[in-house]
Amino acid sequence: MNGETGPQTEPERYELDSPPAYHFEPDRRDFFRIVGGGIAVFLVLRGESAYPQARESTSGFFEPLPKNVGAWLHIGADDQITVYTGKAEMGQNIRTSLTQAVAEELRAPVGSIRLVMADTELTPFDMGTFGSRTTPQMGTQLRKVASVARDVLTRLAAQRWNTDASVLVAENGRINYPNTGRTLTYGELARGETLAKAVVEEDPLTPASNWTVLGKSVPKIYGPEFVTGRHKYTPDLSLPGMLFGKVLRAPSFGATLTSLDASEAKKLPDVVVVHDGDFVGVAAPSEPEAVRVLALLKAQWKTVPQISDSELFAYFKSHTEEREGWDGGLNHESGSVESGLSLAERQLHQTYTVAYIAHAPLEPRAALARWKDGNVTVWTGTQRPFGVQGELAQAFHLPLQRIRVIVPDTGGAFGGKHTSREAVEAARLARAANRPVKLVWTREEEFTWAYFRPAGLIEVSSGVSKDGKLTAWAFENYNSGPSGILTPYDVSNRRIRFHPCKSPLLQGSYRCLAATANHFARESHMDDLARLTRLDPLEFRRRNLKNERLLAVLDAATKAFGWEKTEKRPGHGFGLGCGTEKGGYVATCAEVAADRTNGRVKVMRVVVAFDCGAIVDPDGLRNQVYGAQMMGLGGALFEAIKFADGRILNGAFTAYRVPRFSDMPEIQVVLVDRKNLPSAGAGESPIMGIAPAVRNAILDATGVHLYSMPLVPNGLKA
Amino acid sequence: MTSVTELEVNGERRKIDADPQTSLLTVLRDQLGLTGTKFGCGEAECGACTVLLNGQPQRSCIMPVSLAAGKQITTIESFEKDGHLHPLQQAFLDEQALQCGYCTSGMIVTASALLRHHPDPTDEEIIRYMEGNICRCGTHHRIIAAIHRASRLIAS
Ligand code: FES
Ligand code: FES
Repeated sequence: MNGETGPQTEPERYELDSPPAYHFEPDRRDFFRIVGGGIAVFLVLRGESAYPQARESTSGFFEPLPKNVGAWLHIGADDQITVYTGKAEMGQNIRTSLTQAVAEELRAPVGSIRLVMADTELTPFDMGTFGSRTTPQMGTQLRKVASVARDVLTRLAAQRWNTDASVLVAENGRINYPNTGRTLTYGELARGETLAKAVVEEDPLTPASNWTVLGKSVPKIYGPEFVTGRHKYTPDLSLPGMLFGKVLRAPSFGATLTSLDASEAKKLPDVVVVHDGDFVGVAAPSEPEAVRVLALLKAQWKTVPQISDSELFAYFKSHTEEREGWDGGLNHESGSVESGLSLAERQLHQTYTVAYIAHAPLEPRAALARWKDGNVTVWTGTQRPFGVQGELAQAFHLPLQRIRVIVPDTGGAFGGKHTSREAVEAARLARAANRPVKLVWTREEEFTWAYFRPAGLIEVSSGVSKDGKLTAWAFENYNSGPSGILTPYDVSNRRIRFHPCKSPLLQGSYRCLAATANHFARESHMDDLARLTRLDPLEFRRRNLKNERLLAVLDAATKAFGWEKTEKRPGHGFGLGCGTEKGGYVATCAEVAADRTNGRVKVMRVVVAFDCGAIVDPDGLRNQVYGAQMMGLGGALFEAIKFADGRILNGAFTAYRVPRFSDMPEIQVVLVDRKNLPSAGAGESPIMGIAPAVRNAILDATGVHLYSMPLVPNGLKA
Repeated sequence: MTSVTELEVNGERRKIDADPQTSLLTVLRDQLGLTGTKFGCGEAECGACTVLLNGQPQRSCIMPVSLAAGKQITTIESFEKDGHLHPLQQAFLDEQALQCGYCTSGMIVTASALLRHHPDPTDEEIIRYMEGNICRCGTHHRIIAAIHRASRLIAS
């Protein structure tokens, strides 16, 4: 299996539960009563016996409606095309790219299509918007649905005109009958119909080379809503009679409440105080009042000793855990590392660390909850509406039908908005208040009570032959996770292990999961090996790489960067990093200016080449790739959560530095379009190469080998 | 302390009832329903809450409403006029200078003040002026391009 990425190690989402067993099972008559007639096409997920007694009626349409629907599309008599998907928009621009996918296959204008997203009552079950699955899965599914809908429309028109469907042409929201001048809009065809069709198997799709809408950039859907400030994110919502919630937080992690005196707070009018187990929260008619009420609570806490950041890595090594299942360990071994090492001309043993970092989404976690007749509706900015629904069901002992979760298009989440804590908190307060309650986390709460990208310790031992070929590769990752852990390099003696550990801080998904940490360690190590063998880092990688797509992005990036022509200048260095994960192939080159006298490091220039199969939305993709570099720079250079005795020490933007305008390097994005390959998700993997590229460039500039992310939180030490 | 009862927002006098220490952001959002101005941090570090006070960009999250009384407050809601987007709004769309859009109001309001001081800013001037505004989605380069584009739109 040399040179391949090997078994899927994706699941590494410590915060996730398994999804509730939930099937979308509308009754056909009810369904059309709700949507008001027309044509509907359902996508039935594969691997399901969706049709225990599938009957195809004379008209060719199935009854009853299928189970386990992945998405569906409705065409109404008013020409409105509505698509229902459980995915959520959070700045990845999928509202736009999924609309494009439908427009392409349906041959309908982008403007005639409306996406209903991430609403547990209206949209089919979806695991969550993460793992770069939207484009490869939902995008492909919706294209199938739309192409079947086009087929249905064409057949309907053929019946009306008593002709063969093959002579008709679908175009711009109409079926045309060339030569006769006859034409009907999709809405006209849908009028008076109640047709439901299901798609199970794969239907032929328009090949990427014939795309007309996909593969081009279209204006962001609802763009004007955002630039005018009209779009309402969760914190912007309000309901009549709404109260503002606040939660009493423990003074340190692990602390338990021993007593609470709420008598002062309870004297105030219109104030609700809830004390339920370890949860203490208040709700008041305005935010400032809620803050004041919270301050009136007198709480006693019992604290417990907690691990501090200074002892973290030793702690991981001594606190490995046996875990089974999706967050369990990984042990991948082939050949013999020991014999590989003994064959080596040179050996290298090195330890790398990565810090916990915060997602620090600009829109903080927020939820608005309303109860009515024992049912609860929660608006919240989550990547997992159905997961939140399940967790609310558990928290309140309610059946799922009584819970509706709606996700307004949400501020960037980066893997950080998977949990349901804020939703449960708002719902708990709203139930006690018997009025709607909105809860918006403060920035400090964001930095403290959300979850972090896991910290980790990675030990690498390797051997290399005289001619610069890897002879052995041992890679032991403690805690940060298995994503991207398998090396794409060609080495037959290898041992690659992930050791789950006890984590002192709550940890979870972060853009591209542990692939960033694993690529940082691997690609830093590769550069050090190149130096040991006196080979150029690019040449060294090429000698050990067979993976063609990775070689191609490496070539594309280094060519655009001018790698071969870089000239040594004092204080300037050049570095690269590459890798593959989630179907994306990335190579990043960086140029840094590093000043040993004042310790300043500035990333001057970045070239990133990226291949994610056929490109669906080039402009959106560039925006994602660019954004990944900017975000990745923070974790590479200076972001780290500091903590001691169960407290976060830098839980504010004043103390936790994120990338800003002045950190911005010149960035060039080179897209490698593979029209003949399926599209992979692109929001995550482009982040992997930047940290090692910058690390290796600092090494090139100064000769300083850095082994920890962040690299230079306090500048480069002299 | 007597409460603040009136503000001049986007050219209109608006009745409010707020404790003088309440932040201007809270009053705008919760009393006047002007939610285009966003809460990002409450510590004057992210710029999401930026409004203009007598034409100067201010962090409304740390500004007591009493200091805003009697001054002209301008929020993102006033930028579109008679169905026409402000050149900055148009430029942000044209350059696709937003991903999630949560930082966008603050960026546009801040940039409008920049363009008044520097109608044709250099990259360096933009970077210096916009440094206090955080975008977590990393659209910085496009925001710079959008500001240049808006500057050209205004000039033409
Ligand atoms: S919310 Fe005011 S600066 Fe961040
Ligand atoms: S576009 Fe999401 S924070 Fe700027």
